[in-house]
Amino acid sequence: MDALLDVDDLVVRFATPTGDHPAVRGVSFSVAAGERLGIVGESGSGKSVTAQAVMRLLGPAATVASGAVRFEGRDVLGFPRDELRRWRGAQAAMVFQDPLSSLNPLVRIGRQVTETLREHLGMDRRAAAVRAAELLAEVGIPDAAARLRDYPMTFSGGMRQRVAVAIAVSCSPRLLIADEPTTALDVTVQAQVLDLMDRMTAELGTAVILISHDLGVVSTFCDRVLVMYGGRVVESGTTEEIVGAPRHPYTRALLGSIPAMTGPLPRRLPSIPGSPPQAGAHVPGCSFAPRCPLAEDLCHEVEPSMEYGVACHVAARAGERP
Amino acid sequence: MTTPPEPPAVQHTEPVPPGVRDGLRRAGRSLLRDVPALISVAVLVLLLLAALLAPLLAPHDPMRTYAEGLSARGAPVPPGGDFPLGTDPNGRDVLSRLLYGARVSLTIGVVANGLATLVGVTAGVVAGYFGGLVDTVISRITDMVMSFPILLFCVALISVTGPSQRNVVLVIALVYWTYLARVIRGMVLSLREREFVTATRTLGVGDVRIMVRHILPHLIPAIIVYATLGVASSILIESSLSFIGVGVPVPEASWGQMIDDGRRYYEVAPWLLFAPGLCLIATVLAFNLAGDWLRDLLDPTAPERR
Repeated sequence: MDALLDVDDLVVRFATPTGDHPAVRGVSFSVAAGERLGIVGESGSGKSVTAQAVMRLLGPAATVASGAVRFEGRDVLGFPRDELRRWRGAQAAMVFQDPLSSLNPLVRIGRQVTETLREHLGMDRRAAAVRAAELLAEVGIPDAAARLRDYPMTFSGGMRQRVAVAIAVSCSPRLLIADEPTTALDVTVQAQVLDLMDRMTAELGTAVILISHDLGVVSTFCDRVLVMYGGRVVESGTTEEIVGAPRHPYTRALLGSIPAMTGPLPRRLPSIPGSPPQAGAHVPGCSFAPRCPLAEDLCHEVEPSMEYGVACHVAARAGERP
Repeated sequence: MTTPPEPPAVQHTEPVPPGVRDGLRRAGRSLLRDVPALISVAVLVLLLLAALLAPLLAPHDPMRTYAEGLSARGAPVPPGGDFPLGTDPNGRDVLSRLLYGARVSLTIGVVANGLATLVGVTAGVVAGYFGGLVDTVISRITDMVMSFPILLFCVALISVTGPSQRNVVLVIALVYWTYLARVIRGMVLSLREREFVTATRTLGVGDVRIMVRHILPHLIPAIIVYATLGVASSILIESSLSFIGVGVPVPEASWGQMIDDGRRYYEVAPWLLFAPGLCLIATVLAFNLAGDWLRDLLDPTAPERR
């Protein structure tokens, strides 16, 4: 199957005063057209950095040390400026975590929506304004045509994120990366925004990479899930596999820390002991080993490689996924 | 987006572009509520009229020495009578000189400072946005200009180009843009890291558009404050230049020159100092207050005062 996006052994390093630290250490995955991939992991697992590397948004401190990002077979990391500009927005778009900061507070909503239309689809001012009103109406902004003249501050958080989704899909991109799109929103609004993304991308056949720390959000939305820890993919599989039969101890712990909706609440909410590895404090073995209940001597010495969809010595011994 | 599940009611009416008339009406309304701003704008309008209509309004020739403009002992004549604001030690009419001086001072304040603002903002935004070599080059140039005492730098330049009103304007602009460029560069350095800039970039919007449409609106308040303060500084720099004889060449009148003249005679003829001094203070104050008002007016996040 030809992948829409192919990330191959991506390594991203951050230059810090104490030396170069890898934030992403050999991440590989691919996304097919129309597919929905979830990337889960806690803060510092490298999931956002991976997304930024794909969109070529890394700041000056970060560099892609090795690996490749291919979009429809084309080398994204090698795009010259103009090609990058034409690719972003038109073929690959992004929704950010906080719509409060991803929309420009001093630019009218209308301009922020029409800008992309005019840039990529070559619409004139009039056509773009009409289309922008349609888009806003489609994402459920009441009185859309009149609201084009308003500034973002007059919109609620959920409405702003709807606008951000509308902007992202305005040029019918083939790939949409959503980096924690619902984290800054109320729970009720979260569901609405996920529904919206579901509807808009299904219509267009847009592939989605949904980045989240929330397995619940990912499992309702995605076909496949990658679990990241310490800059590596530790487990990957279909949503049913990951949620139904997690194999990596970290994935299990992650699922185990979601309180059950039924039955009595435990006295203490379950959590994973210890804390995720600090950047630069790299241990020779598996980066989860210090917190892992199943860790053996081998785990502290040799970093496990990805076998049968899981990067774990203990889980790999059980062989292929049943 | 061909078949949404529930076709929303899309309004195909043309969205009205933010009208200029609308903005003017809003400006007018806010001006009526803000008395200091109203007075400031009135002062600036009067000043502009005075400068434009100087030949019609001036009762005398500003450069001519009048025999009756000097007392029997050769002293300047106090205000009143034929000379409403008195005369200067050369027997010239102060009011007429003031009116013609307004032309010089306003030109210098507005044109020199306008040029400086234009260049300074452009340089600052470009340096801050692109960083790297562009930033280094622009920053070193501003460092170089700023490391000279302003006056010395101006004198050096004018001694090369020769004193004339045009050269004074250019020289002041050449010096003053660096201050604005510095401030703007710093602001852009932090603005370009804001998420909305990243978000705009991921939409494939070009650099020039990002700078003009997305970053510039955030700089407007600072630009207005600096530009209005700059009007005052420019007028004062001009007066200093005139004082050491490299400003607007005599006998043409400028307020700075008149103040410097007046300083020497203020014990016997205080009007020589007060007339241009008060004009200068009123102008500078009016520019600053009007600038504050304009800044609030242009800030879409400011609540509209009722």
